[in-house]
Amino acid sequence: MQKFIYADNSATTALSETAFNAMLPYLKSEYGNASSLYSLGSSAKSAIEEARKTVAKCLNATPREIYFTAGGSESDNWAIKGYAKAMLKKGKNHIISSKFEHHAVLHTLNALEKEGFEVTLLDVHSNGLVRPEELKNAIKETTGLVTIMYANNEIGTIQPIKEIGKICKENNIVFHTDAVQAVGNVEINVADSNIDMLSLSGHKFHGPKGVGALYVRKGIVLPPLIDGGAQEFGRRAGTENTAGIVGMAAALSEATATIETRAKKSKEICNYIIENCLKIERSRLNGDRENRLPGNVNMCFEGIEGESLLLMLDAKGICASSGSACTSGSLDPSHVLLSIGLPHEVAHGSLRLSFSDENTLDDAKYICEVLPPIVKRLRDMSPLWDRIKNQEN
Amino acid sequence: MYTQKVMEHFENPQNVGEIADANGIGEVGNAKCGDIMKMFLKIENGIIVDAKFKTYGCASAIATSSIATELIKGQPIEKALELSNKAVVDALGGLPTHKIHCSVLAEQAIKAALADYYTRQGVDPTLFVGEIHEDCDHCTSCGE
Repeated sequence: MQKFIYADNSATTALSETAFNAMLPYLKSEYGNASSLYSLGSSAKSAIEEARKTVAKCLNATPREIYFTAGGSESDNWAIKGYAKAMLKKGKNHIISSKFEHHAVLHTLNALEKEGFEVTLLDVHSNGLVRPEELKNAIKETTGLVTIMYANNEIGTIQPIKEIGKICKENNIVFHTDAVQAVGNVEINVADSNIDMLSLSGHKFHGPKGVGALYVRKGIVLPPLIDGGAQEFGRRAGTENTAGIVGMAAALSEATATIETRAKKSKEICNYIIENCLKIERSRLNGDRENRLPGNVNMCFEGIEGESLLLMLDAKGICASSGSACTSGSLDPSHVLLSIGLPHEVAHGSLRLSFSDENTLDDAKYICEVLPPIVKRLRDMSPLWDRIKNQEN
Repeated sequence: MYTQKVMEHFENPQNVGEIADANGIGEVGNAKCGDIMKMFLKIENGIIVDAKFKTYGCASAIATSSIATELIKGQPIEKALELSNKAVVDALGGLPTHKIHCSVLAEQAIKAALADYYTRQGVDPTLFVGEIHEDCDHCTSCGE
């Protein structure tokens, strides 16, 4: 039988059995609109409020601080555009972020710049980490918002969130974090880390797609991004995606309860791959070795191009991703890999493998078996590889 | 995303490698953009008796190199000079829009190899091949 290994869990995850079962009634008999007064409606309403409690508990927030959205991109857009608008009234127009944020943040910031906001993007250095002292130095009188991702989606590096939160609190600046990759994979405590707003997305932790949430600390003024009905405490209009919300909460509850055991297993898989695949000459691990998501491996193999690598892995039943220009759909390699100082030609040869609870050490062994010959095959036909080898001699 | 023909040529590329006694060698593309094609031709009495390639790049770069060598092998130089990127795309049953530049590279790699052949014969290649633009300044594919 043809092998099938799903190693692209940073892109999306399989829906868990628990989430699926929790969703079923709301896709069938419990179809009521949560805003309706009759019991079919109130049953949906109470399911949503239970889900809100669950999500709040997983983040150490209160239910009133959780707003359901249609996903991570909406949450990021709402937090940043919404707060930017609010802070203008306080005479603030400067936002600090980092160079390797997800496009949901970077493109939102671009849009705000066109409206006249000032944006500073912090370096992430060769290890893929923001330096808290550089954040301190970037703060001005007019700084109203800091938005820095919890964990990077490509290289998996986990930022010094607690230190960033502390600096923001000391300077009376609102701190938003895009935690789409982190939630369900690392323990998150918004109170302890002084996080004011946090974006999350259901399908990154075995919940359904098309649903997410934004945590907004009590007391923060955040005007709506989507105007309309009075759903979500009058701050996010639109009939609630009841099944999605219930499924996301069930998945998050399950993920949060098993963070430690899953992290241990994922790390074992990643360490096996890192140790074995770094034996390939002219390969490198991208991102800090220690401060990274337990299930993330991101490597570069010089002299080859990522899309070819992915298609050859696909032929062997392995689903992975790459930051090469050809796979990003744009004409440049990933901005994340460029932000950590990789030259274009090295970034083109990147491979991201991301694992979940459903992967095993046998998957890692199989990947380490098939990857080196594929790299060799592509290098054998690569004039760039010839050039690299000639320069060595 | 790719046609079956592209996948066939990617998974099983024809004419990969170098020709030790090639008398026309051309290289186009650059590492920064993510694709380099190097074409080796062996020409005897005006006929391309052998063609091989080495390519660094995505699946369509490898597939276009493979099909282009197939299209010119055994053909007179004149035929190879006429090979357009469109003919390469057609032979592959089509390419996604953002991969069309790979077929342009294949056309240019052949022309660059033929230019090298003419130069080695002491003939001004621009008379036959025209100008070949393989540098960043003349490429519009990445918009820089």
